[in-house]
Amino acid sequence: MLIDFFFKLKGHKLPVSIKEFLTLLEALQKGVIGTSIDEFYYLSRTTMVKDESNFDKFDRAFAEFWEGVEAIPGIEAQIPLEWLLKQAELTLSDEEKKMIESLGGWEKLMETLKKRLEEQKERHQGGNKWIGTGGTSPFGAYGFNPEGIRIGQKTSRNRSAVKVWDQREYQNLDDSVELGTRNIKVALRRLRRFARQGAPDEFDLENTISSTAKKAYLDIHMRPERRNTVKVLLLLDIGGSMDDHVKLCQEMFSACKTEFKHLEYFYFHNCLYDFVWKDNRRRHAERTRTWDLLHKYGHDYKVIFVGDATMSPYEILQPGGSIEYYNEEAGAVWLKRVTDVYQKCVWLNPEPEEIWGYRQSVQVMKELMGGRMYPTTMGGLEKAMKILTK
Amino acid sequence: MRFAGSEEYVATEDLTLAVNAAITLERPLLIKGEPGTGKTMLAVQVAKALGIPLLEWHIKSTTKAQQGLYEYDAVSRLRDSQLGDPRVQDIHNYIVKGMLWQAFSRDTPCVLLIDEVDKADIEFPNDLLRELDRMEFYVYETRELIKAKTRPIVFITSNNEKELPDAFLRRCFFHYIRFPEKETMEKIVDVHFPKLKKNLLREALEVFFEIREVPGLKKKPSTSELLDWLKLLLSEDIPPEALRSKDRKTIIPPLHGALLKNEQDVHLFERLVFMTRAKNN
Repeated sequence: MLIDFFFKLKGHKLPVSIKEFLTLLEALQKGVIGTSIDEFYYLSRTTMVKDESNFDKFDRAFAEFWEGVEAIPGIEAQIPLEWLLKQAELTLSDEEKKMIESLGGWEKLMETLKKRLEEQKERHQGGNKWIGTGGTSPFGAYGFNPEGIRIGQKTSRNRSAVKVWDQREYQNLDDSVELGTRNIKVALRRLRRFARQGAPDEFDLENTISSTAKKAYLDIHMRPERRNTVKVLLLLDIGGSMDDHVKLCQEMFSACKTEFKHLEYFYFHNCLYDFVWKDNRRRHAERTRTWDLLHKYGHDYKVIFVGDATMSPYEILQPGGSIEYYNEEAGAVWLKRVTDVYQKCVWLNPEPEEIWGYRQSVQVMKELMGGRMYPTTMGGLEKAMKILTK
Repeated sequence: MRFAGSEEYVATEDLTLAVNAAITLERPLLIKGEPGTGKTMLAVQVAKALGIPLLEWHIKSTTKAQQGLYEYDAVSRLRDSQLGDPRVQDIHNYIVKGMLWQAFSRDTPCVLLIDEVDKADIEFPNDLLRELDRMEFYVYETRELIKAKTRPIVFITSNNEKELPDAFLRRCFFHYIRFPEKETMEKIVDVHFPKLKKNLLREALEVFFEIREVPGLKKKPSTSELLDWLKLLLSEDIPPEALRSKDRKTIIPPLHGALLKNEQDVHLFERLVFMTRAKNN
């Protein structure tokens, strides 16, 4: 029976190992806990989960295993409210809209929907179930139903017996949440690689003493200074659709600036073409040619693109596709040059990963980057850093 | 040996269970949590409750795993040889035992605290794998194997500044100390200030949790800051009414410097208070 539990955890992408599973069995054998399920929950969590960001996944897996409830794949992702609203507007017929009107008006309904969604954020598990029982259309689930509005009727679900794992208190710690400056810094720290390089100009006191003591004559040691040797080239998309992400980019930028000694940054608009710039106010006067960029910064630089990659596909694929001037070579050519020179290269996309599939340009860009496009969430950034450090 | 909280330390159900699992199975327990939620205190209190000694090994960014095992003091040996000290013949005289060795050589169990393991170099936890798993290590200078007579109860705390390697994690139990809820917090305060007036406590907790709710704080005040603040309130003899006064001048809680440690946070908080006041008037 517990083997199934183990596989259930594995199925939820929890990094559990056989050793940990055996430890759990050993603990059960030694009678660490009684027969209460709560105790079993705590024990299995303390043995199997080693990072609080995985607690939420564990809670879900646990609830699923012990209730036998099958979650609906794909629905776990939160549906953005705006998207939902727009879709709902589109799907409703005039008749239905009238009916809604009679039930208190569009505004009010949206109000309720918003509340309902917030509630769902708090209790995601419950949310799954609503959607699950709601029928085929997700909007039906949220209650846009000609027969009446379902919203609110389902709250009578018996909540008194909420288990610890059902409360999902660790949801915030899930690593798919958005970033703050501190989080970014911690993630970027993965990139740090301290090394002693260059001329030995620092007196190595410790080594000198121990070596002198061991050899019994004065043996002076020198060593090069310890530096963070990682070099980062940051290329930021600016303006246009990126305006929505200004705050995130600022945070990203401020975190990068303090973390690396060798950090070079440049801006581009929508797609990389033959030049980039450093100062947005003087962008037409002071430009750097992308060729110069490729020549000046060695191939050991790690390149991080930050951009939403949201544009017309022509802007990437066709010469003259730029919306600002006539570019002689297509953006794709320039991107290929960059990825050829710099092996360590990633694209961070502030748009949520769920909607990438709906935008052709994002797909094209991702392909050009060899699949190395990551969302700017904690998890995404960590994956990106892993690729860069490999 | 079982741990069930102590008079000075309020342990939640899941925490006691994790501690007991670690004691029974003789595996290290890794503890994470917001700063100031009592990670280090746990080891101290477990040692106290079980009545066994506590060995503390505080990790710094320069700490090497080897220092926890032993160090060979070549410098003293050189000096002694110059002075013709007979001790110089025996290398054992110059091997300085580290915390792990001290813990391993005890006949009775003890609690070993490895504090803030994430401060050390990234390779540090990897260098301790065998030592923590099999509780033994090899001394190259004297060619002997040191094996734990009784396995110590090991607590490791981390502040999440670096990620720990998987191989290390697999050998530990893990517990994340959550920020306590209001009820638990009342218990905790009660343990520290048994004579605190009920209404002062209520007001203070309300203010405290309100401050924690302020969006955008760089460092949220934690349990240890609350306790410090209460201590200050008591020593300054501030009446409970002062915490809640609607008076214009004292609307910012007294001695808030104990709760907010960051200048920007204090500014932010003051601004918010002024804004709400403007709205109310």
